[in-house]
Amino acid sequence: MIGSAGESGLTSVTAGEASAEAAKPLPEPIVSDMPLLRIEGVAKSFGNFRAVDRLSLDIRAGEFFALLGPSGCGKTTLLRLLAGFEAPDEGRILLGGNDIAQVLPHERPVNMMFQNYALFPHLSVRDNIAFGLKRAGMARADIKTRVAEMVALVKLEGLERRKPDQLSGGQRQRVALARSLARRPQVLLLDEPLAALDKKLRESTQAELMELQRRLGMTFIIVTHDQEEAMTMAGRIGVMDAGRLVQVATPRNLYEAPATRWIAEFVGDINLFNGQVVGREHSRLAVATSDAGTLAVSELWPPVTKEIVSVAIRPEKVKLSRRAPASDEGASHMINRLEGVVVDVNYLGGITTYKVKLESGALVRSSMANTARLDVDAYLAGQRVVAWFTADDCLVLEQ
Amino acid sequence: MSARRIFARPARLAAVAPYLWMVLFFLVPFGFVLKISLSQTAIAQPPYTPVFDVTEGRQALTAALAQLSFDNFKLLVSDDLYILSYLRSLTVAVTSTLILLLIGYPIAYGMARLPQRWQGIAMMLVIVPFWTSFLIRIYAWINILQHDGLLNQILLTLHIVSAPVVWLSTDSAMYLGIVYSYLPFMILPLYATLSRMDASVLEAASDLGASPRQAFWLVTFPLSLPGVAAGALLCFIPIVGEFVIPDLLAGSNSLMIGQTLWLEFFTNKDWPVASAAAVALLLLLVPPLVLYDRLQRRQLEGGR
Repeated sequence: MIGSAGESGLTSVTAGEASAEAAKPLPEPIVSDMPLLRIEGVAKSFGNFRAVDRLSLDIRAGEFFALLGPSGCGKTTLLRLLAGFEAPDEGRILLGGNDIAQVLPHERPVNMMFQNYALFPHLSVRDNIAFGLKRAGMARADIKTRVAEMVALVKLEGLERRKPDQLSGGQRQRVALARSLARRPQVLLLDEPLAALDKKLRESTQAELMELQRRLGMTFIIVTHDQEEAMTMAGRIGVMDAGRLVQVATPRNLYEAPATRWIAEFVGDINLFNGQVVGREHSRLAVATSDAGTLAVSELWPPVTKEIVSVAIRPEKVKLSRRAPASDEGASHMINRLEGVVVDVNYLGGITTYKVKLESGALVRSSMANTARLDVDAYLAGQRVVAWFTADDCLVLEQ
Repeated sequence: MSARRIFARPARLAAVAPYLWMVLFFLVPFGFVLKISLSQTAIAQPPYTPVFDVTEGRQALTAALAQLSFDNFKLLVSDDLYILSYLRSLTVAVTSTLILLLIGYPIAYGMARLPQRWQGIAMMLVIVPFWTSFLIRIYAWINILQHDGLLNQILLTLHIVSAPVVWLSTDSAMYLGIVYSYLPFMILPLYATLSRMDASVLEAASDLGASPRQAFWLVTFPLSLPGVAAGALLCFIPIVGEFVIPDLLAGSNSLMIGQTLWLEFFTNKDWPVASAAAVALLLLLVPPLVLYDRLQRRQLEGGR
């Protein structure tokens, strides 16, 4: 008797809440275990050009996600689709379970930091930051508090009255950041936010952005063409090419286990030897290459299905020595040795890069850390060396 | 060092050229007008005294100088014909400029939002009427507006009016003529400002929750103010001194200062008073010019 009354009471409360929420433009998520942002088969064309091609991606709350790709790969278009400046031709964009694909930008709980900052030149720093808060109908006192909070967050104290053109590039970048953060968006979109800064400032700002993101627990999606930037900041990276995501992985996996040859070449430097699988023993492949003889390669999961492959090895995993190291046939660290002549030496401070010309004429790049100040191991151009690397350090990629 | 000097010389000449132009074609003629405005009218050739003659020596020059007086300016202030003319000129110029702004802004805004390849065509459409002589276009309006003109014929045929309406020689006709003639001067600077505007700033506004209407009033319009100022000034100043359009299209019961000037100069042959009126008009136009200059300087400083 009492139980049923309680139950009916509970039901009516839930129904009331649901109807009140339905009136709001963006009701609370219905399904709780969904990712914060789900992109489902989104496509966008401009004329005959497919900028984004049926792309799907999940982004969890609190993630720092980077979209990486060469210019024209569709990463900025994807970001603009998320911001609402473009409407997708097909597919859904679910934010907290609600399809926002057709919601106008000014009605989305998403903010964007523009590549050129797009500050309002006629408004002061304070009014730039307060712009979004005023539109949200926030009380004047609250706006004042929030603006002060944002100014402190990006360390712009004392510059509140300045106009954008009275600020340096770095300061403008901070205003843009503060302005886009002020509304506390569920997702912050950053379009090449550091592209206009010089190298030193870019590095310190990267660290600050990461710190900020962790502290605010906000979801950041950054678009960049700079792989180092993406690797430094993001927890996960989505590599885009021709409107598609070709790999979504942590920076480490992207670098050490690229899914395709294109990614291997796009992210970082890599030596590639084309060849054919001639032997397979346990998880060890023997690949006969035209340029470097037969190489021993440890196979990753999933196994290669094709016979024509490329063996890839990152330059920093190629070591140089005057004599070949002792071979240890039985061990897992089976060693590949390539004899050649050093043709190019580039001293870069922390590392030195070498190009070694093999007898086949192919070049092998190697980079070695300069761990000793008075480096007795430095190699000179013209010197005969052995470039060697283990089977485990190699990747085998389908061509 | 010497190389720099060689390059500096033409550069310095180029910097001097506009000043030279100003002195030759503005300051010197203005000096003549100012001098005439301080003279007295006379039945002579030229129709005023004194006349400076440098060949008669220093004594004569000093005597002539002593004859100059501000009587003509006193007349301008005491006779309400002139004051009313100035007031009418200002009223007409302010009203016309406002109408021009109301019509020109939406047109310029629309042009700036056209696809790139259409913008050039739209620009041509604005400019092409200028290839016909200004006077011919005004006479064409007389043709359209007169008693048995095109406008009345259309209105009668459509049974909107039962008898011909008097259009010509009214203020409406004058405003029509002014707005028609000056519209490109309003549209072009506005279009220049609006088309240069960074689209991402508007996207930022909408990203931050501004509806399209709010984005217009809070971002687009404030950022287009330099264009508004340029367009308004480009129209306002010549309209204040406008003579032809009011003379041909407006009634004769109230005169603009340009018409009064014409009357004094050609009908009354009173060059000194006409000159005084011209000098006073110039002084009247200085404040808006100074204001515009200050606005533009602020813009330039802002741009740095």
